[in-house]
Amino acid sequence: MNNMRVLIVDDSSVMRKIVERSLRQAGLNLVEVLEAGNGAEALAVLRQGKVDLILCDINMPVMDGLEFVRQLPHLQHAKGVPVVMITTEGSEGHVLQALSAGARGYIRKPFTPDQVKEHVLPVLTGNS
Amino acid sequence: MNAASPHLAWASRQSWSPLLELAAREVFALMLGSHLAAAPAPIAEEGLGVTSMVGLAGQVCGVLALRCTALSAALMAAKMLAVDAGEAKPEMWDAVGEVCNMIAGNFKNKIPGMGDGCMLSVPTVITGTDYSLHALADSGKIEVHLLFEELPLIVSIEVHS
Repeated sequence: MNNMRVLIVDDSSVMRKIVERSLRQAGLNLVEVLEAGNGAEALAVLRQGKVDLILCDINMPVMDGLEFVRQLPHLQHAKGVPVVMITTEGSEGHVLQALSAGARGYIRKPFTPDQVKEHVLPVLTGNS
Repeated sequence: MNAASPHLAWASRQSWSPLLELAAREVFALMLGSHLAAAPAPIAEEGLGVTSMVGLAGQVCGVLALRCTALSAALMAAKMLAVDAGEAKPEMWDAVGEVCNMIAGNFKNKIPGMGDGCMLSVPTVITGTDYSLHALADSGKIEVHLLFEELPLIVSIEVHS
């Protein structure tokens, strides 16, 4: 988990910064943090190069998080990249929707840095 | 329509007040590290110049709103980003919108059956106090009056269906 390139997708710039801080507190060595304000912007970022981990909101304008995750298998750079959803939509139905779309993990807002660590580390080590 | 359905009579919706307060308290505790206190007296709306709103649609239609002062909004951003209030000021609209969004999500997840049956809009933030909100359907409003770092804060939900 060293020298990771991470993409954080959320329409709130404040939330993107909180997620980045939580990842660093979880012990991840982030060499580059890429940001996008919606799914369409995130796809454009991914066309430029590969990342090691994606954290993504669901409710966003232009393209929501679920549609973004469904589009990922069509992108060469994004195949196999783990996605963890971080969202206010915390119902069982939304969790199932996200997991069936291809997400590997799910964090409900509001969250603590410990919860980010608890959900992200197993995804990176293949124990999710 | 049954007891677990969000299509509840207005009288039953009065039980939402403590859940709305709990939803707000949890968001402030987890994301801002702040303990919200109950306001000792009803808060006057004058001076609450920042209003953040999130729409609800589906089994329940309505608006969840968070009203506070500009100072509160800047302080929210500062606490979320762990920086000085002055440094956080450019992010205050984003911060107050996201806080409202998280309260709305947290609240609906506490109502049985509402989590899957109700969608949230992205937040909208209005500044200024010289406006009126006109609901276009039968509605009822629940408000909780709180203090954030001793600054007044009103969280409300207005339900249209």
